[in-house]
Amino acid sequence: MSKARPEVGLFVTCLVDLFRPGVGFAAVALLERAGCAVTVPRNQTCCGQPAYNGGDRANATAIAKQVVEAFEKFDYVVAPSGSCAGMIAKHYPQLFAGDPAMAARAGDLAGRTHELISFLVDIRGMDALDVKFDATATYHDACSGLRELGVKAQPRALLERIEGLRLVELPGAEMCCGVGGAFCVKYPDISNKMVANKTRDIAATGAELVLAGDLGCLMNIAGKLAREGSPVRVRHIAEVLAGMAGQPAIGEGRR
Amino acid sequence: MESTSRNFNANVRAALANDALQSALGKIESGFVANRANAAPRLPEFDALRDQARDIKDHILDNLDFYLEAFEARVLESGGQVHWASSAADARAAILDICRSVDARTVTKGKSMIAEEIGLNDFLEENGIEPVETDLGEYIIQLRKEPPSHIIAPAIHLVKEQIEEAFRGAHEGMFDSGRSLEEPRALLEEARAVLRQRFLDADVGITGANFLIAATGSTVIVTNEGNGDLTQTLPKIHIVIASLEKVVPTLEDTSTLLRVLARSATGQEFTSYTTFSNGPRRNGDPDGPEQFHVVLLDNGRSEMLGGPVRDVLRCIRCGACMNHCPVYGAVGGHSYGWVYPGPIGAVLTPTLLGLDEGRHLPNASTFCGRCESVCPVRIPLLSLMRHHREQAFEDKLSPAAERTGLGVWAFFARHPALYRFATGLAMRALAWAGRKQGRFSTLPFAGGWTAHRDLPAPQGDTFQRQWSARGGRRR
Ligand code: SF4
Repeated sequence: MSKARPEVGLFVTCLVDLFRPGVGFAAVALLERAGCAVTVPRNQTCCGQPAYNGGDRANATAIAKQVVEAFEKFDYVVAPSGSCAGMIAKHYPQLFAGDPAMAARAGDLAGRTHELISFLVDIRGMDALDVKFDATATYHDACSGLRELGVKAQPRALLERIEGLRLVELPGAEMCCGVGGAFCVKYPDISNKMVANKTRDIAATGAELVLAGDLGCLMNIAGKLAREGSPVRVRHIAEVLAGMAGQPAIGEGRR
Repeated sequence: MESTSRNFNANVRAALANDALQSALGKIESGFVANRANAAPRLPEFDALRDQARDIKDHILDNLDFYLEAFEARVLESGGQVHWASSAADARAAILDICRSVDARTVTKGKSMIAEEIGLNDFLEENGIEPVETDLGEYIIQLRKEPPSHIIAPAIHLVKEQIEEAFRGAHEGMFDSGRSLEEPRALLEEARAVLRQRFLDADVGITGANFLIAATGSTVIVTNEGNGDLTQTLPKIHIVIASLEKVVPTLEDTSTLLRVLARSATGQEFTSYTTFSNGPRRNGDPDGPEQFHVVLLDNGRSEMLGGPVRDVLRCIRCGACMNHCPVYGAVGGHSYGWVYPGPIGAVLTPTLLGLDEGRHLPNASTFCGRCESVCPVRIPLLSLMRHHREQAFEDKLSPAAERTGLGVWAFFARHPALYRFATGLAMRALAWAGRKQGRFSTLPFAGGWTAHRDLPAPQGDTFQRQWSARGGRRR
């Protein structure tokens, strides 16, 4: 599909919608810069992962059906989250295994769905950014994007294009931060151990800023850093790439 | 082995507070994980071999009865005996009968998870037979009277000082009390010295099997210490205990599986010892046992074969999934409460013991997927854990508050207009409350989150409301 100006449906994701709309606007800005026409379907709430991973297949399927219907007509569907994009691209088709008609529609949606940063680089060929941002940053590879969708090189490639940004690799960048959806509240002590390992590794880099592509991980990491009294700031990578990192960082008060 | 899986949360609390354990667990990343990461790319066809290994195992599962019967026929031809055991109790009884037939006092044992699964050591002791573990790790935990915490490194939860303490206690009077056990080497030498006599004294040797080869009737074990060889060649009787799915068609298939096994487990190209056993000693053989028995354990496997977790029967027990699991790395193997820890245990334990007992294990996962990414036979561990979650949800085994919360959330998620209205109000209220700090250190109903970390406050209006207000493109 090589339309000059492809129609992109933005899957906002529930966390961005509720907690950090700025990431949504950053995604829109980046997609428009990449030559896409962006539409935000009204009938979207969440991708259904809480139900799917909570064992509630009936509700997961109902929510998935709603998403399939809302995003039927777009050339591409893009989410600023590897987790939600992975849910749609890798898991929806399985949800409709017993319903060939829906399975076909879900399979079609799956083929059109992408995580934001990999979409920009792999599909839209974005390789230049007209953005300056002075910071030493490190990057955490969120699990689903990394392992389900192969998001690894793309964010680093774009971050290197930002003038003034020094990227230091995070030791254990591919280790889970411990959020895991409802895992962090069902098994808080294990989750705490995992996120404490993550903030320890972040501190070791000396970076003043942590970036990632998934708001769930970012809220977890930001919440832990704040609890530990760390000055390290936390942002979604899209904010920085879009030149929209002027807003307070995640968990940071208004200055 | 008695399960404590249902007490998972209590086990976890104890594990997180155990400093020695935490220090021992900290070495897994720099050991097993780093070694595998180095070994995998040195074999360019490693991923292709993993596909082959998966296909071999799938083919076996499709034809399990055929290969098992072939294996049995070959064992009989070579003068050995095969004992089919449908349950743990059957397997224990078969082994006891064999031991009693020679009035066995002591048996030496190679490392076997199936022996753990059937609770063999306790059972033998109750019947007046002393089991002696000969794998160093197993020997250590036997002295400490605890179960293994890992399927290939049973004592990985211990630091050197704890091992030294166990040796000084158990070997009192056997060695100079002023000896130095500082060096791991010294510990190893001491265990060797103690075990040497035990090997010679044993009436029966019991080993597990990594593979049972249908074409040849061979049983195969891999070890790095060579203890398995002494266990199975010195005593009069060699008993192999293995579960049904260990059967493999040919030597060639076995070599494919061996290649992925060692690399996945320890990052070795091959384990130090790979030992093939065929029947008892023949006329003219310089050594070997007089009797050769194979106890084939079903214990739920044939039922799994036709069910939703069938894929787990591909497992070759390499341990890579637990080595790479961040939850295992945080809480160690004993927290899982039964024989098989880590992701493989999270699938097997609820299957073999029931969800009532094992429901926590498949839930206590972030689904980070690191286990699946390294499993040499590509078992879809996440899907299988999710299957258990679905079953638990259906059976209403999770706490009522959790199910109610999920139900309320799902209701709103399925009604977008209502959802937009409710979340619009809620987020504005939350954003206002958190506007100065930008986060909450406590919040009603968010205790699970805020116990250990702050909750970032919302920025303000939801994205959906702002998008509408700006007249953004809609559909
Ligand atoms: S599930 Fe896979 S990774 Fe885990 S022990 Fe079995 S074969 Fe190894």
